[in-house]
Amino acid sequence: MNVPTMAEMMAQGKQPEILFWVGCAGSFDDRAKKITKAFVKILKKAGVDFAVLGTEESCSGDPAKRAGNEFLFQMQAMTNIEVLNSYEVKKIVTACPHCFNTLKNEYPSLGGNYEVVHHTELIKSLLDNGRLSIEGGKYKGQKITFHDPCYLGRANDIYEIPRDLIKKLEVELVEMKRCKSNGLCCGAGGAQMFKEPEKGNKDINVERTEEANATDSSIIATGCPFCNTMMTDGVKATNKEDSVKVLDIAELIANAENL
Amino acid sequence: MTYIDNIAFAILLFLGIGFFVKNIQKLIRNIKLGKEVNRLDNSSARWKNMAMIALGQSKMVKRPIAGILHIIVYIGFIIINIEVIEIIIDGLFGTHRVLSFLGSFYNFLIGSFEVLALLVLVSVTVFWIRRMILKIPRFWNKEMKGFPKNDALYILYFEMVLMSLFLIMNATDVPFQQKNFGNPISQFLVPLFQNFEVNTLFYIERTAWWLHIAGILIFLNYLYYSKHLHILLAFPNTYFANLNAKGQLSNLESVTNEVKMMMDPNIDPFAAAPEGSENDVPEKFGASDVQDLNWVQLLNAYTCTECGRCTSSCPANITGKELSPRAIMMKTRDRLEEVGENISKNGSFVDDGKQLLNDYIKPEEIWACTSCNACVEECPVNIDPLSIIMDMRRYLVMEQSAAPQELNSMMTNIENNGAPWQYNQMDRLNWKDE
Repeated sequence: MNVPTMAEMMAQGKQPEILFWVGCAGSFDDRAKKITKAFVKILKKAGVDFAVLGTEESCSGDPAKRAGNEFLFQMQAMTNIEVLNSYEVKKIVTACPHCFNTLKNEYPSLGGNYEVVHHTELIKSLLDNGRLSIEGGKYKGQKITFHDPCYLGRANDIYEIPRDLIKKLEVELVEMKRCKSNGLCCGAGGAQMFKEPEKGNKDINVERTEEANATDSSIIATGCPFCNTMMTDGVKATNKEDSVKVLDIAELIANAENL
Repeated sequence: MTYIDNIAFAILLFLGIGFFVKNIQKLIRNIKLGKEVNRLDNSSARWKNMAMIALGQSKMVKRPIAGILHIIVYIGFIIINIEVIEIIIDGLFGTHRVLSFLGSFYNFLIGSFEVLALLVLVSVTVFWIRRMILKIPRFWNKEMKGFPKNDALYILYFEMVLMSLFLIMNATDVPFQQKNFGNPISQFLVPLFQNFEVNTLFYIERTAWWLHIAGILIFLNYLYYSKHLHILLAFPNTYFANLNAKGQLSNLESVTNEVKMMMDPNIDPFAAAPEGSENDVPEKFGASDVQDLNWVQLLNAYTCTECGRCTSSCPANITGKELSPRAIMMKTRDRLEEVGENISKNGSFVDDGKQLLNDYIKPEEIWACTSCNACVEECPVNIDPLSIIMDMRRYLVMEQSAAPQELNSMMTNIENNGAPWQYNQMDRLNWKDE
């Protein structure tokens, strides 16, 4: 697919409306790449003038910071800020709540001031402005539950926007026992994604997936590539692969619209 | 000789309040051992937090049963304490029910205190049942053994005894009962005492009165040693709580300076250190002991009432890991107390070969956290256990290079190729053509 980079745009003397920050998972993880592509399809459908950094993008530093390595985090942050500022970036969208949180909350005091939105926020505003429309389509009537990513929900108080999007698909949105501000983590945050869990009697993602399974939904929707990995593993661990799918909201919308 | 009661009361009051003030001074001294952090900005948002969360108990009712019962005890506690004003005046000046000149309004007040006293008794009994009969799991985690468990029970027993004494005192006050107004509860206790001599009743009433005020003073002084300090500290704790988005971690300024130097091409790498800075001790990164934490984190530790809502919602704890956010707060307070005693004994802190990390909090607990903020969200008084966990990770990684092996690989990958996995940065855009 044709995805313009900031460098190409600049060479043509153009400044895109928004920068799509893809993130490491969205760039390299096979599962997350599908989310990236689904989101790009939505951006194109809505005619959003966007670009990516491509090979000039580097880790936001979130996992390093949460692992306690403030040096590495700030090195990453300042390098990224130099790149972003050199392109005079004003607005950033990302499909990763970890990048979203870090860029939005932790970059400003290091000199990186941008309007940062999560992809669900951008999609919602595209719908509200009439630049995009969704019809129920493919998922009409299905039971869907939404798993709140911690870095979108509790960390940044965004609970309703992803739910509004799911409801637009004319599906039955079923809440898990622990949802919204009480939502249970998938187990990946705080750099846990990159290590084995500490000694315990259960894996967090299994605990969470069991809760999702209890809603009897055929789809677990989420808005984070790491939650997606954890919940997908959880679905396998609970032998529900045949009946339950884990999908990002961007994928739900792109699929429903046959993009 | 007739003044002996008044003098005894004055001494009791003086000692009771005196010891309390001394302990509060110690508390403030200990909290000030923490590092500076500015929490004086945005005072309107802070007052609002305090009004809503501490005064208005808005986060308590997220769990409705415990929340509503707690509000009853809380209102009872505050309102019934108006009665203490009268007790103090009576005690000091030898009067009896000095405020009764207020007439029927007085009886109305006492009547409402009695109703509240009964409601408090009922609520506290339900609390006891929840702890001891229903054994709600969050009261039985492993950090709740020994003193923490007993502490909770002592508080409940104290409240039961104080409320009972208040009602007995009213029931045996013959002139008060004769008026038969303002005694909606105590009148039902009167039959228990109907075969007693008037004289005996007088002594029972006096005994209940003395025990009631002595009990209140003892309770006041028990606070410093107990989780019950929250009744005072919930207010400053909600006022000084973090106002930023929960996901936002602080950026260490000392690191910013070094990173800026590293990235500045104009800096002279061979420049001598500025004059007079040869003996400066470089700032320690992160926290290994209570003095490395900031004062709000230490205030948090004293404020924690060990309700365990944090731990019961912690994904790590739910799945059997060592981490319990409540235990993080309890251990921080225990260590702070130990450091405080050390200072009281020696004049200033003398190294005792111990620290918060390892001797109290194990790295295994620190590494089990997913930074999901459930504990912070749950805390009814805005305590932030996550900030302590993160500060200790910073110490482990930046001072000790003691991260788990897999995390070291992740960080090496970020350093080398700008992603937590081993992929070439030049392949970052390959997805578009796949």
